[in-house]
Amino acid sequence: MSLDNINDTAANEALIKEVLDQYPEKAAKKRARHLGTVKTDAEGNPTCGVKSNIKSVPGVMTVRGCAYAGAKGVVWGPVKDMVHISHGPIGCGQYSWSQRRNYFTGTVGIDSFVTMQVTSDFQERDIVFGGDKNLDKMIDELEVLFPLNNGISILSECPIGLIGDDIEAVSKKKGKELGKKVIPVRCEGFRGVSQSLGHHIANDAIRDWVFDKGIPEWEGTPYDVNLIADYNIGGDAWPSRKLLEEIGLRVIGSWSGDATLAEIERAPRAKLNLIHCYRSMNYICRHMEEKYEIPWVEYNFFGPTQIAASLRKIAAQFDETIQANAEKVIAKYQPLVDGVLARFKPRLEGKTVMLYVGGLRPRHTATAYDDLGMVIVGTGYEFAHNDDYQRTGHYLKEGTLIYDDVSEFELEKFIEKLRPDLVGSGIKEKYSTQKMGVPFRQMHSWDYSGPYHGYDGFAIFARDMDMAVNAPIWSKLKAPWKAA
Amino acid sequence: MPRQIAFYGKGGIGKSTTSQNTLAALVEMGQKILIVGCDPKADSTRLILNCKLQDTVLHLAAKAGSVEDLELEDVMKIGYKGIKCTEAGGPEPGVGCAGRGVITAINFLEENGAYDDVDYVSYDVLGDVVCGGFAMPIRENKAQEIYIVMSGEMMALFAANNIAKGILKYAGSGGVRLGGLICNERQTDRELDLAETLAKRINTQMIHFVPRNNIVQHAELRRQTVIQYAPDSSQAAEYRSLATKIHANAGKGTIPSPITMEELEDLLLEFGIMKSDDQALAELEAKEKSVG
Repeated sequence: MSLDNINDTAANEALIKEVLDQYPEKAAKKRARHLGTVKTDAEGNPTCGVKSNIKSVPGVMTVRGCAYAGAKGVVWGPVKDMVHISHGPIGCGQYSWSQRRNYFTGTVGIDSFVTMQVTSDFQERDIVFGGDKNLDKMIDELEVLFPLNNGISILSECPIGLIGDDIEAVSKKKGKELGKKVIPVRCEGFRGVSQSLGHHIANDAIRDWVFDKGIPEWEGTPYDVNLIADYNIGGDAWPSRKLLEEIGLRVIGSWSGDATLAEIERAPRAKLNLIHCYRSMNYICRHMEEKYEIPWVEYNFFGPTQIAASLRKIAAQFDETIQANAEKVIAKYQPLVDGVLARFKPRLEGKTVMLYVGGLRPRHTATAYDDLGMVIVGTGYEFAHNDDYQRTGHYLKEGTLIYDDVSEFELEKFIEKLRPDLVGSGIKEKYSTQKMGVPFRQMHSWDYSGPYHGYDGFAIFARDMDMAVNAPIWSKLKAPWKAA
Repeated sequence: MPRQIAFYGKGGIGKSTTSQNTLAALVEMGQKILIVGCDPKADSTRLILNCKLQDTVLHLAAKAGSVEDLELEDVMKIGYKGIKCTEAGGPEPGVGCAGRGVITAINFLEENGAYDDVDYVSYDVLGDVVCGGFAMPIRENKAQEIYIVMSGEMMALFAANNIAKGILKYAGSGGVRLGGLICNERQTDRELDLAETLAKRINTQMIHFVPRNNIVQHAELRRQTVIQYAPDSSQAAEYRSLATKIHANAGKGTIPSPITMEELEDLLLEFGIMKSDDQALAELEAKEKSVG
């Protein structure tokens, strides 16, 4: 079904123009800066020079989230032994309930609370008279209901910022009373242009309300590392951790998927921070670098090419033993990789893919598709910043269509014209894409599947993509105007 | 529909005192009146009830759960000569959102028939229109006329002009009009003259000049209006005169034309309230010379 002119710069530029022509002049001018193609710069490096992290154009449908979504849904929510309070009216907590598939071990309601929806359920009187007293009382009740919780986070919804509730004062008071960490997070949804600011605010809360309250004693080894910004979607962090341990490192903290508060508290005792989702947690890594002199390394555990490259990059930070171990581990998994490729590559070779995900996967998963012989023809981020796009070019080929904070209209138009064999995006895009007759995989949640990280995850990733692209259902689709 | 009026003005200018005295005079004229106090301090009905109203809409609602759980009788008290009194109430300073409280309280009163069977609804709103909540009486076809209580003091004049801006903003959509300025005498220079000039400049009238009289204090200490405390005093006559003018002013409100900050400052310079930079420098120099 694919077109012959894959990643044809001229064709893609024409397509962008066609889309922009539908907008009023002012909107077209604004959106033009967010759409482009991968180009080669003077030094021969591929770049995608689109603007990012700017307020969405009013009137177009953006799929971005809010600061609360970034702080609660992404960063704090997965910390399993804490109770996370959605502070404000009930909707924000209710509709974000268990939306990310952060797996964890533990017993819900006893020592783990990730899949629980806890909210202060603001009523009109709380708006008028303030919600501080209720919050105080609520924390007491949580202590009675869930005595094994190791801490509480308070995630502000919009009205908290408007009425000026002093959640910091409540946090200090209750923290002292309970002898536990009670952490206020000022992530009111109206702040910033997307969920990205929520990540930053949540990172700052780790700095101010966890690290600055004291770092516990820790019997360290030279091989202690933190695995940072893996949210354990469908269990992603587990095969990642396994690989790191196999090369001889000791993972003393894995955030925030399947994390305990203690793992965050002791993080500054590590020798190296390994960061997966750069966008959401680079802030705290930079802080740990400045204050505790812990270096950090970005890595990518999607697909064998990047896994091997990342293992070597990580091992290079340590001694020869670790480096030798890394080679051994890479060799050990080669048969698995060969098996996966033998089975799935012939079925997927040459198939085209369009991605539209959050702040990391539009670049990080690209080479996993490459490994399967698939071709990325378009990719874009919801809430990336300039430094993300700088990191994106070298994953892609010249001419690839790039779209930042894409509107539903633009994305549908791009899919319609590029006719990719697979679209990888979120739930909001899933059904409209499938109704266009185009196979789809959810690349935020892994569609009830996963993990996709590590060698183990790659096997599942390959199977899932094959399942979507080659599903027999697509052969049953007939255009109504064609004879049956 | 009752005639709805509202009193606005700078904090401490005497809105509550002026409005309650005026309403007490209106009730003598046979008018049926409802007061809606829109200040969290809940002191808009004290002189009419001869005590501070304890049961505000919002406090009772918070206690009962929500306003849906309240009955009108719970929050409406009868004061001087049958004046119906309600107070929105609200949070203590520094917490919550008093503006939202005003909106909630007014909606409750309206929906539950507090406005039926009265000739006048009078809103007494806290000093500054700091947010949308305190603009509620101006919005949505509530008050038809706004009376701005002011004086010859600079900040009171600034506030009056600002309130006129707020009225202008809603005049097109909601039909609210400026009824006039009520000048509460502070014995500043050329006060009457200045009030009349400002009124002209912002396209309204100075509806009444209320002279300063200590009897207001005496009455207030006894939690009474002057009308009740000293019905035969000259001050009571002033409030009766104001009430008569407001009563006759129905439908005669205007769309204000607030002036710019610069124009207002020029006006104050003209009246010698504010000094120009040159003037101030000259005076300073003269002072230094006399000292030297």
